[in-house]
Amino acid sequence: MQSSRKAVRLTRRQFVAAGAMGGAAVAIGCAASKQGNWDFLSDAQARTLASICDQIIPADDFPSASQAGVLTYIDRQLVRHYRRHQDVYRDGLEQAHALSMKRFNQELAALAPQQQLEVVAAIEQQNPVFFAMVRSHTFEGYYGSPRHGGNRDAVSWRMLGLTEPPVRGRAQYDLRKGSPS
Amino acid sequence: MKRVNAVVVGAGAAGGIVAKELSTAGLSVVLLERGKWYTANDCRKDDLRNQRTSVLGNAFGPEDEGNPRVWVDAKGVAHTVLASWGGYQNNAACVGGGTLSYGAQAWRYMPQDFRMRSTYGAPQGSSLEDWPISYDDLEPFYDKAEYEIGISGDYSGTPFHGPRRRGLPMPPLPPGREFAIMEPAAKRLGLHPFHIPMARNSVPYNGRGPCMRCRWCVGFACEVDAKNGSQNTVIPVALNTGNCELRTECMAKEILSDDRGRARGVSYFDEKGHLQEQLADIVVVSGCAIESARLLLNSKSRLFPQGLGNRYDQVGRNLQGHNYTGAVGYFDFDTYDDVGPGATIAISDYNHGTPGLCGGGMLANEFIRLPIHMVDRLPANAPRWGLGHKKAMREWHKRSIVIVGPTQQIPSADARVTLDPTVRDKWGLPVARISGNVHPHTFDIGEVQAKRAEAWLKEAGAIETVVTAGRPEVVSAGQHEAGTCRMGNDPQGSVVNRYCQVHDVDNVFVIDSSVHVTNGGFNPVLTIMAVAYFASNALVHNWKGTGFRS
Repeated sequence: MQSSRKAVRLTRRQFVAAGAMGGAAVAIGCAASKQGNWDFLSDAQARTLASICDQIIPADDFPSASQAGVLTYIDRQLVRHYRRHQDVYRDGLEQAHALSMKRFNQELAALAPQQQLEVVAAIEQQNPVFFAMVRSHTFEGYYGSPRHGGNRDAVSWRMLGLTEPPVRGRAQYDLRKGSPS
Repeated sequence: MKRVNAVVVGAGAAGGIVAKELSTAGLSVVLLERGKWYTANDCRKDDLRNQRTSVLGNAFGPEDEGNPRVWVDAKGVAHTVLASWGGYQNNAACVGGGTLSYGAQAWRYMPQDFRMRSTYGAPQGSSLEDWPISYDDLEPFYDKAEYEIGISGDYSGTPFHGPRRRGLPMPPLPPGREFAIMEPAAKRLGLHPFHIPMARNSVPYNGRGPCMRCRWCVGFACEVDAKNGSQNTVIPVALNTGNCELRTECMAKEILSDDRGRARGVSYFDEKGHLQEQLADIVVVSGCAIESARLLLNSKSRLFPQGLGNRYDQVGRNLQGHNYTGAVGYFDFDTYDDVGPGATIAISDYNHGTPGLCGGGMLANEFIRLPIHMVDRLPANAPRWGLGHKKAMREWHKRSIVIVGPTQQIPSADARVTLDPTVRDKWGLPVARISGNVHPHTFDIGEVQAKRAEAWLKEAGAIETVVTAGRPEVVSAGQHEAGTCRMGNDPQGSVVNRYCQVHDVDNVFVIDSSVHVTNGGFNPVLTIMAVAYFASNALVHNWKGTGFRS
């Protein structure tokens, strides 16, 4: 029987960088003032990823994935719970960029929406592991709790017609301390 | 450290009850729990980090760091898996165990569920057996669990249940919209729908208020403490006796035994990681099916070279949970009312009596769906991503009903927990290695059940349905994990006797889902609780003041 150990594999440099950046993010309390800088992504990677995410959830009457903060969600988790996926993202985004350059001689973010769709559909075929991961993470960031940086202002929940915050007290329950139950 | 009468390992559904029953009978008890004690303030409403959806980790333990297990897939390849990953088969690690964050369906098994082999015969390749105890043996203790833990619901709509001495202590919560849609459809099909029994206050009970019907239910700690688990019922009673001490963040290492083969206590790592010994007259193992088996297997000594209670290689075998199958129905009107907990209506017409099938299972509507649960639950023709997916989310999130149920699982001796030879946890202890598969007849039952769920949804007016039934090549355990130390009369084919006492070590008891011979076609928690009351009752009855005599 063969064992495959899926431990988190980080080079020392990545580990130090991730630790330092994670620490910095904590130090500034994950404030909104990142000024174009990301915890894990480079600005170029972020542009490519935003283009992919926005094909998975495009804008219509409601915001697109990136408009709702999905990149913040993914970037934040890539130095936290999804550290183990850093390599998949790094390689996948590089491949996506190369594909865009090969087909249209421009980076993905600069393409027209129809061209972006074409490239993203090709990514789904050529790198299904990366695409499935980005798809899942995009949905998590868009439809999941705003506490993780995505779903800004609970926009997806309001899109689905859910009140947010949910109405309390349907059962005449009083949460104040000392109230009779 | 002061010697006590009993040390109980694990403060979950069963361990909490054992601690309460023993301490109120006057025994001194130490209750060890590897996790923390959370409160209602720890609900957190985090739909990505809870016990049901754990993509960002488990809210109520164990943590991913330092608690690996090994899962052996169908090809025989071993994978080291972290606690929030699917192959880990996690339940929880905290005071209350799974009962802190469960959906709280509190079912009695049916009389036939205790006599599966006699009723149906064992399918080839299975280890299907009868329990050494009957429904009638457990009935008084089911009743005790229903009243001490606090169960709401109403069985009056169905004849498909065992004899009951009285009704449930609380009425059901007022029915939601899904109940109103599904109930008449069931009746048109000649079925007997009724209100799911729930360990959830529908009215003030036990000094706590009723459910406020929010959507943050299964997988979460209840924000208003209306969900009843061992952490807010029996454990506080145990602590109030003054006879019970709860020690959290304490990880049991092994059961210590003397040179005559009797247990003398438990060694454990305390919250600072220091190794401690708690000596006791009796040891009760209540760590849930996977961890209880692991503790016995890790308790090796000269007399028990293969682990305590494992003389005949039975510890860890017959691992089982539940295979859930069913269907999603899509409607051309709103079915969603945003009223939790969501699961309200069930039928148990199909638990037994289908020719050619060894049992069946109950079917019920699913708990309230958060948006994240819908992204992969859209109609079959909905695009998987893009604008079409976003539109489908808007179209169907409020217009679907899910009917699912746990299939009676046919146990297999090859589905098992062993110790991994190389992987260790953060305390240096060999971790659980989970291997084997679900017996295929389980899937036969599941496929029939899924079609029944679909038929019910269609009768209710579903304009489209998607059946969810498969034959996954992975063992089934997780939150319904059971079976690894089955009870029986034959010491060579079981681990404990009918009173949960290890066959060849008379002062060690395994009291939790590990002892389940079969796991019923229902959520198992009330049976875990009833068995805990039953076994505790026998234990206290046989307690002779300074020692235990069987």
